Amino acid sequence: MTVVEDFGRLPALTPSLAPSLAPVSACPACAAVPAAERIAALRAARDARIMLSLPLAHCAACISTVEGSLSAVPGVRSARVNLTLKRVSVEAAPDVTPAQLIAVLAAEGQEAHELDPGLLSSTETDRQGRDLLMRLGVAFFSMMNVMLLSVAVWSGAEDDTRDLFHWISAAIALPTVVFVGQPFFKSAWASLRVGRLGMDVPISLALILASSISVYETWMSGHHAYFDAAVMLAFFLLLGRYLDHRTRAIARSAAEELAALEVPRAIVLLNGAEVETAISAVVAGDIVLIRPGARMPVDGVVIHGASEVDRSLLTGESLPVQATVGTIISAGEVNLTGPLTVRVTAAGKESSLHRMADLVAVAEGAKTRYTSLADRAARLYSPLVHILSFSAFGYWMWATGGDVRHAINISAAVLIITCPCALGLAVPAVITSASGKLFRKGLLIKNGTALERLAEVDTVVFDKTGTLTMGIPDPVGLADHSHEVLAVALALAAGSSHPLARALADGSRAAGISPALVEDIREVPGHGVEGQWQGTRVRLGRFDWCGAKALPVTASYLSVGGVTHAFAFTDRPRPGAAEAVRALKAAGMRIELLSGDSEAPVQDLALRLGISDWRAGVLPAEKAARVQALAAEGRKVLMVGDGLNDTAALAAAHVSISPATALDAARVASDIVLLGQDMAPIADAVRIGRQSARRMVENFVISGGYNVVAVPLALVGAATPLAAALAMSLSSITVSLNAMRLK
Amino acid sequence: MEILAILIPVSLFLGGVGLVAFFWAMKTKQFDDPEGDAERILTKDWDDRPKP
Repeated sequence: MTVVEDFGRLPALTPSLAPSLAPVSACPACAAVPAAERIAALRAARDARIMLSLPLAHCAACISTVEGSLSAVPGVRSARVNLTLKRVSVEAAPDVTPAQLIAVLAAEGQEAHELDPGLLSSTETDRQGRDLLMRLGVAFFSMMNVMLLSVAVWSGAEDDTRDLFHWISAAIALPTVVFVGQPFFKSAWASLRVGRLGMDVPISLALILASSISVYETWMSGHHAYFDAAVMLAFFLLLGRYLDHRTRAIARSAAEELAALEVPRAIVLLNGAEVETAISAVVAGDIVLIRPGARMPVDGVVIHGASEVDRSLLTGESLPVQATVGTIISAGEVNLTGPLTVRVTAAGKESSLHRMADLVAVAEGAKTRYTSLADRAARLYSPLVHILSFSAFGYWMWATGGDVRHAINISAAVLIITCPCALGLAVPAVITSASGKLFRKGLLIKNGTALERLAEVDTVVFDKTGTLTMGIPDPVGLADHSHEVLAVALALAAGSSHPLARALADGSRAAGISPALVEDIREVPGHGVEGQWQGTRVRLGRFDWCGAKALPVTASYLSVGGVTHAFAFTDRPRPGAAEAVRALKAAGMRIELLSGDSEAPVQDLALRLGISDWRAGVLPAEKAARVQALAAEGRKVLMVGDGLNDTAALAAAHVSISPATALDAARVASDIVLLGQDMAPIADAVRIGRQSARRMVENFVISGGYNVVAVPLALVGAATPLAAALAMSLSSITVSLNAMRLK
Repeated sequence: MEILAILIPVSLFLGGVGLVAFFWAMKTKQFDDPEGDAERILTKDWDDRPKP
């Protein structure tokens, strides 16, 4: 293997490979031992627990097949399928590789992809979710029992029976409120300490006041106790909290799965041996081999090999760039034709991909300033609740001439009735229903406020390469070439794995061409393919290599005995792109296309999709600046992009969408991820976003409406515990039903 | 109404049994894969003997 020989010619590099394990000694042979140690360390670093994603698993038979076939692999200790998450986790000996297991599953007809277990850190959210669910269960149990006892009281139990029922209710409700209310008490305390009145302050106050006044009333054998109201309040609010948590947990786990699908591995060359290792173990100075078709895992300088690299994810340009010895490459580029040996200049957190995160962080700071509908409602609502309750207390103190018991009773009733039970459900119920609906359409809502922000959008900015287009070339004007030329081109292209060659081969086969007889075909990495046809040398490849004049568009060139032919390519538009643009225009959006690509392809695509406002050759910083300029004009921008050059713009936009094929950084920066290839759901998303914002406002109005009726009753002291319970459950149910009306 | 002295503890006890069962189910992670568990009951793999 050539790489090994070349590596041998680079002795100066060898000692630097083991800087941390041993001091660099003068004797060259000494360096070999630590290197061997490092090989062992790198190999051992791989986790014995393997996670595979099974996108097609759906039935009982799938579980049996997958578990059965995996358990039969020697070295596998156990395999367990989780059908809900469509994953299988395998406990195996260290020598079992994921590739081996994927091959076993492929033989059984199950598609599988490796997942990076380190990125699936769902245990923390799991624990939180389970904690909330447990409190919800306790609240439900208490609510049912207390409610049953309350029914007897409402229907006229008197004297000792009533007191007995109240005491039993107290015995159930008090521990429940203490246990179940903890999430509210904690967050209320946190917001009080920074001097704010969040939604949780009136909630906590209502819980505490209702419980203590009821205990006092029971002690004095009074008529009204609010134990049922306190527990029911806690239950409904926890339900809203749990829904909210679950929606976010599902989104987070799906986003994590996308990230975990790209297992970051690099092939490090150590003393000529190829060691497949995790990116985190690669250090600057290592020599890394990058095979054709692979994405660059690190930043570095090419020290051997020739190839072409696709920089479209980083810069947006669709034309591949030539890479030879000395070319500087950055993480995220795709190696197209030949194997490259690269000396690492920066890996992991230092690589250019990760440095971009700073830019994102700056832009994200702007986004957190958005106040959600729920926050705005709470800001309005929470002082009002307190003022009402205290003025009721004050008035009744004055009116009854200092009857503290009566005044506290009324102010507690006001607090319970105004308490935002329905408000707590208003937003989570809508978001749960809307994101479930959008998930089935192939859109993953990562951020809770993304839907509200989507509803406000009036401008859409698209990126070109990889977003509106697939990044897959499509040959144009094949019919302009003679049959013979196409036959030669097909013969040459068929042997190459270069994307342009593959597209050309597919295109000419589809046109019914059969390959000419070309001999001695060989691929020259970084240049093209050449061969002998009827005694003349024929070449298919780059313009300079074929001696042709370069076209302004992406093209491949064929030279036949000195005569050159050019095959032009366009980027294939993403399915649904035209529909999405049309639907967004119909919804009254202003649409812009910002691309880092050269002018000709951008203009071509803009014309095809009917976008009149387009710019080519835009730098990443200019994209972000344009988005910010639009925002400064008072426009709400939806940014759709996939590359590193879009990341800052995605983060700066009011709301952002990226396809699942986007770079990790872009997916992290965006609020919504498009899971499928089709772009049409974007228009749906905007529609559903607007609809759900409307539902949220409706829900606030509904719960406000109940208060308008019930609060005056409470203020004059006519609210019984029965009225409070009725108002609370009716408003919660109406709000949930309204949320489910989403289409 | 003396019957209440028996009935109320009994009803609370039964409710408590349900609550404890719910806790147990959560502790043993029975809500982690609801779809898988629904399908798993249909397989015949371990009908004759329990899974080792």
